[in-house]
Amino acid sequence: MGSLILRKATRYLFPVIMMFSIYLLLRGHNEPGGGFVGGLAAASAFILNQLAFDVPSTKRLMNVDSLTLIGTGLLIALGSSVFTMLDGQPYFSSHWATLRITSDWQLLIGTPLIFDIGVYLVVLGVTLAILLSISNFRKSPS
Amino acid sequence: MLYAVMSGFVAAALLPLLHRFLGERSSLVAAVVPLALTVWFATSFPRVASGEVLVSQSSWLPEIHLELGFRLDGLSLLFALLISAIGALVILYTSAYLHGNPRQHQFVSATLMFMASMLGVVLADNLVLLFIFWELTSFTSYLLIGFDHEKEESRKAALQALLVTGLGGLFLLAGVLLLGTAAGSFSLSEILRADRALAGHADYPVILGLILVGAFSKSAQTPFHFWLPNAMQAPTPASAYLHSSTMVKAGVYLLARLNPVLGGTEAWIGWLTAVGVLTLLTGALMASAQVYLKRLLAYTTVAALGFMVMLLGIGSERAVQAAVVFLMAHACYKASLFLVAGIITHETGEADVRRLGGLLRFMPVAGACSVVAAVSMAGLPLSFGFVAKELVYASVLDRFLVFIPAVAASLLFVVVAFQVGIKPFLPGSSDSSGTPHEAPPAMLAGPVILGLACLAGGFFPQAFAGALAASAAAAIQGGLVSEVDLQAWHGITPESVASALTLMLGVAAVFATGHWVRIGSAMKPLANFGPDRVYVAKLKGLNLLAVWQTRVLQSGSLRRYVAIIVLAMVGLFGLSVLRSGELPILNRNTPLTLPSLILGLLIMLGAIGSMIATSRISAVAALGVVGFCVSLIYVLHGAPDLAMTQLVVEALGAVLLVSAFLNLPSFHDRKRWVGRFRDAVVAILGGLAMTLMTLMANDVQLAPSIAHYFAETSVLLGHGRNIVNVILVDFRALDTLGEITVLAIAGASAVALLKLRMAAKRRS
Repeated sequence: MGSLILRKATRYLFPVIMMFSIYLLLRGHNEPGGGFVGGLAAASAFILNQLAFDVPSTKRLMNVDSLTLIGTGLLIALGSSVFTMLDGQPYFSSHWATLRITSDWQLLIGTPLIFDIGVYLVVLGVTLAILLSISNFRKSPS
Repeated sequence: MLYAVMSGFVAAALLPLLHRFLGERSSLVAAVVPLALTVWFATSFPRVASGEVLVSQSSWLPEIHLELGFRLDGLSLLFALLISAIGALVILYTSAYLHGNPRQHQFVSATLMFMASMLGVVLADNLVLLFIFWELTSFTSYLLIGFDHEKEESRKAALQALLVTGLGGLFLLAGVLLLGTAAGSFSLSEILRADRALAGHADYPVILGLILVGAFSKSAQTPFHFWLPNAMQAPTPASAYLHSSTMVKAGVYLLARLNPVLGGTEAWIGWLTAVGVLTLLTGALMASAQVYLKRLLAYTTVAALGFMVMLLGIGSERAVQAAVVFLMAHACYKASLFLVAGIITHETGEADVRRLGGLLRFMPVAGACSVVAAVSMAGLPLSFGFVAKELVYASVLDRFLVFIPAVAASLLFVVVAFQVGIKPFLPGSSDSSGTPHEAPPAMLAGPVILGLACLAGGFFPQAFAGALAASAAAAIQGGLVSEVDLQAWHGITPESVASALTLMLGVAAVFATGHWVRIGSAMKPLANFGPDRVYVAKLKGLNLLAVWQTRVLQSGSLRRYVAIIVLAMVGLFGLSVLRSGELPILNRNTPLTLPSLILGLLIMLGAIGSMIATSRISAVAALGVVGFCVSLIYVLHGAPDLAMTQLVVEALGAVLLVSAFLNLPSFHDRKRWVGRFRDAVVAILGGLAMTLMTLMANDVQLAPSIAHYFAETSVLLGHGRNIVNVILVDFRALDTLGEITVLAIAGASAVALLKLRMAAKRRS
């Protein structure tokens, strides 16, 4: 994978795709998007990096193990609704809060967003776990 | 009563903690729990004896009508007293018996759990609750039998007991569910109030059969009796507790409990009497060939359980009273004999009765207790056993077919009582290493107290057991007041003549013991055809079946997996089409638009392309065409979310396939045309089924559509305009959680598999 063009392009594309994936995640509640496709987009950013460079450098870029990502994501998704249970409501009842940023610009955030972040991390982790280990498998000395 | 049942579980959970601070003394603390329970049950006796039924209800799972309901009547009280009193003695005994064993507290903890489960069985008011506790007793007895888990025999015996009683438990569950449905309630109180209304029910034979199998397997009735003697691998306190006085009587309890509901019919009388008599004879016959203390006792327990079932089967007022009194007497003397047997083996290291003798010198107290219990078991006058036997004889005297087996079993009891309870203490000598000495007080407490009970029941039966037996018998007969008149000596009656005869024959048999054993061992080969062998053969068969189906289904060939999955889908679909008898009439005329027509053609071209491709890369590219066209179809139908996700999945999928292909052998189809033809058939069938299913799905509407609800409430409740996402993360978040969990497991497994392969590669 010695393509100079690909490498150079990746340097610029990677942050853009990552930003786009987070944008997808956050807008998902009102526009097309969401944690699932956001996670996939983020994974494709890393895969692009892996195609342009190699697996070790991608792992360095990730900074955490993909299995840790999966676990963290599951925990976040599970835990997103613990507080509502303490309230005596059924599990996964949503809670919303309004953040007043300026007088006419308010932000509505709720537990479903936290859940979606969990989904995002699980999808990202699983995709990377499978793809990276398969690529690594190929690279291993036989 | 909830607290009474739960206290055992709580104590069992806390015991390991206590053990850390108190060491072995924690067992003594644990014994306080059953002691307190005994006192509590004893204090509620006056109220129960006056005919009151104590009830306590607390809700647990109201959605499925499962309540933590408990009731205490005469029958429950009798069992509860036995369970908690003997429990206390057994735990006390354990503290000395397992002295120095680092896992002592685990044993005591399991014993407490067992005790609590057993209390749950006899106190439960809800049938399902009763079943849950019933299973818990199987489970805890597994822990207790397999306590010496380093020994293979222990593990085998524990597993066998678990499988046999667990299988019975499944029958019981089915029976309980049918019974509850037929009676219209799962509450025992309500079912008992209906009183024999079930005997004419259409499901009655099925219910009866299922419940009898459950009860018989628990109470070691022939042909399920084999697990009980094998379970003697358990440490002696467990044998004394579970396998003589409590758990094996759970089946008897169930039969007694349901007697007012299911009893009295011809089927009930016939089955219970027949199986009871058969068990009686099996136990007697098998016991004659035994020479080890605990196995001798185990087979007489089998016989005694047969006795009780038989008496319940007869079901007359007298027989029920006899069953109750016999049960009490048996619990007292059998537990006592087990405990003494434990002491003997503990002190001498010997369990073979032929090599035991002359122990009275060394352990006078244990010897005295043993003799008292043995006298009770043999049924000599002025013992509790005598009172019980008189009652039994009185209730079977006029039934010749039952009377003879009863006498035969009583005869056996005399012989075994002598061998186990008396012979080791007669002058003679034991082959033992070192000098045996008297057991510590903690181990003697049980035999002494139970021995005193045997004597009290013999001298003052009416005062000792009359009222309790009366209220228990009344409960078995569905609330009829039962007058019990227990007397130490009735004078010369037909019963006492029969008793005297039994005793004389028994003494004669004792002198001929040597021949007995010889005859018994001559018959040993017969055991090869016993149910124990059937059990072993079945287990082997199960393993073979598992191996076979794994080889067939889990062949490791990806092609075969796909073929199995597709064919299974086609088969299920075809079956349901065949059963409904008609193919769906495709009456819906969805207009074909030009864009979808073009996309459809492209998809087909892509599919054909992937089939005729000559390299893997081109096959992937052709599949990519299919994928992208599908996502365009989503766009056409206004599902941008799906389209977007599909696009990214396509891209990543291509990367995945390409990286995977690099590890595969080179691309050439080695298959002959037969194989290709087979694959084509599978593929065409699968495609056809899928197409038809999709077309049918358009017309099927099982429930009113909720799409409308989602559309309306998405913004109101979910605060989001993207309905798909609101459904995913809010309305149906639990589904999504399930999906990402599956995803996570799949990811982790893939990594694990690849890591394993990599390690294997490196090693070679």
